[in-house]
Amino acid sequence: MSMKNSVTVKNISFSYGKTEILNDLSLDIKEGEFMVLLGPSGCGKTTLLNCIAGLLDLTDGQIWIEDDNVTWKEPKDRHIGMVFQSYALYPSMTVEKNLSFGLRMMGTAKDLINEKIKKAANLLQINELLKRKPSQLSGGQRQRVAIGRALVRDAKVFLFDEPLSNLDAKLRAELRYEIKKLHRDLSNTMIYVTHDQIEAMTLADRISVMKDGLIQQLDTPKQIYNKPANLFVAGFIGSPSMNFLKATFDKLNQNIIVGKKQIDISKYENINNLMNDQEIVFGIRPENINIEKNEHSIQCKVELVEPMGADTLIWTSVEGNPISIRMEGSSNYNLNDEINISFDIKKSSIFDSKSEERI
Amino acid sequence: MSTIPKGPRPKHLTIGRIGLYCFIIMCALFFLMPLYVMIITSLKDMDEIRAANILNLPKELSFYAWPKAWSQACTGFVCEGLKPGFVNSVKITVPSVIVSVALSALNGYALAFWRFRGAYFFFGLCMFGAFIPYQVMVYPLLKIEDFLGIYSSLPGIILVHTIFGMPILTLIFRNFYASLPIDLFKAARIDGGNFIKIFFYVIIPMSTPITIVAVILQVTGIWNDFLLGLVFAGRDNQPMTVQLNNIVQVDYGVAEYNVDMSATILTSLVPLFVYFISGRWFVRGIAAGAIKG
Repeated sequence: MSMKNSVTVKNISFSYGKTEILNDLSLDIKEGEFMVLLGPSGCGKTTLLNCIAGLLDLTDGQIWIEDDNVTWKEPKDRHIGMVFQSYALYPSMTVEKNLSFGLRMMGTAKDLINEKIKKAANLLQINELLKRKPSQLSGGQRQRVAIGRALVRDAKVFLFDEPLSNLDAKLRAELRYEIKKLHRDLSNTMIYVTHDQIEAMTLADRISVMKDGLIQQLDTPKQIYNKPANLFVAGFIGSPSMNFLKATFDKLNQNIIVGKKQIDISKYENINNLMNDQEIVFGIRPENINIEKNEHSIQCKVELVEPMGADTLIWTSVEGNPISIRMEGSSNYNLNDEINISFDIKKSSIFDSKSEERI
Repeated sequence: MSTIPKGPRPKHLTIGRIGLYCFIIMCALFFLMPLYVMIITSLKDMDEIRAANILNLPKELSFYAWPKAWSQACTGFVCEGLKPGFVNSVKITVPSVIVSVALSALNGYALAFWRFRGAYFFFGLCMFGAFIPYQVMVYPLLKIEDFLGIYSSLPGIILVHTIFGMPILTLIFRNFYASLPIDLFKAARIDGGNFIKIFFYVIIPMSTPITIVAVILQVTGIWNDFLLGLVFAGRDNQPMTVQLNNIVQVDYGVAEYNVDMSATILTSLVPLFVYFISGRWFVRGIAAGAIKG
């Protein structure tokens, strides 16, 4: 991955009439980078992608693709390929015609078109389907063709708009793998919109988590998972999601107080930034809780057991706050068992309860 | 508890069903009665028509009324039958249908996909245009065509039919296109299509059902038109409907009912034929357009 920017979004705004969707948003995407725009529906991620594609006209700001200001250029002149959730294959054309449509529109020579189609078809294993109509294909095959249609255009940037959301779970995992492999082999810049955090985590070089038209955190999947920048990111990323406890900090004892319980957090990395009596939210992922008895452990009761195969999720509560604990699939706990739990403080996250920012 | 459902579902002929069938058959008879009278009257000779009951079958088949209606019946002072009217109607209908359907498809496409400034206003205008009675606009249009020098001519009547057809056809096409997935249009834009290329390569190939609906509406509408043809076509281009009227409304001599009946059937054959061959497509196209408005 080079340091050169492939796509630069400069202070863009977009509104539908009076409804503002994006406001002064900026984003740099490096050459060859796999950037995932992740967020709940209505967060503006698809709008941002459509703006980059040129399918929506900006209210303000600029969009650059490499050294080219494409803000007011037509989509066809931006050197992009796009894959849609609904596949958007032309129903009246065969797969071959679908693949070649863009090239034919550009007036590419026939030999070159055939060569490119052959290459893309081989890459995506759709050689057998070339003579068929889209209506004769399954969902997975259709999405392969749609990806192929973007491939043949030799685009500088590939845009994916929730491409796997219409597929069943098994196919989704399969195509996710294919897309990742494609990126490994082609190393084109890819921008991928999804609301599925597993897709985001597995595919991305960097994830941009969005909410209400704002980028909440822009970082590697690892950083976003382990060091979420705020309460929203912490809650949105991870399944089962992070456990939260409202607490007050006791500077003298290096404790946080949750109801009547005290938790020692002296090992937290930024403990010096906390002030006495500060209201905080303590966040800990299910896999960072251990069931063991030690001087800091808290006693509680098993309230629910969810076996998930590889893991087993154990639900309990601390001072009325539900807590989930991820244990090995082979572990054996039953309803109403008394357990002692302790938190791996080094891997926890602490947020200010007012600003909701990470401390 | 002893019977386990198995095999074909038992058939029930309930009172309600029987009543329904009776009603349907009565409706069919009611609407077929005039057609029956027309056909048998056209096959009788005048003596028999005068002598016998209108519902009786002809004692002796006589076919002379049909060729007479086609090529000898008098309209005013000319006695050439309906044939010239048929030719005129074809000359009026074919170009009017082609022009109005093509332009409306383009309009509907622009309205559905290229949300230009004022698109909603234009859409409202089409709605309004579709529901204004023709008669209101006959005189102003006549003055305009007179000014343009095409009043009482073939281009004149074709223009009038095109104008009157476009609002409703534009709405039909717009609604059909609005029901197509917008992603298709987006993909085509990225693939390098401009306004015209996307229309020709992507949109038109998907328009078959709705185009058939539009063609049927226009063919039957224009073929059956009387008022506009009478006012705008001029003496040399009078459509079949106007000539039929002239045959039936004779001021002198005897009224030949058998000739009138065969002339009427001949005139209505084209729309009938269109409905018979396209009924299936018509229903499908209307349904396709109605899914999403």
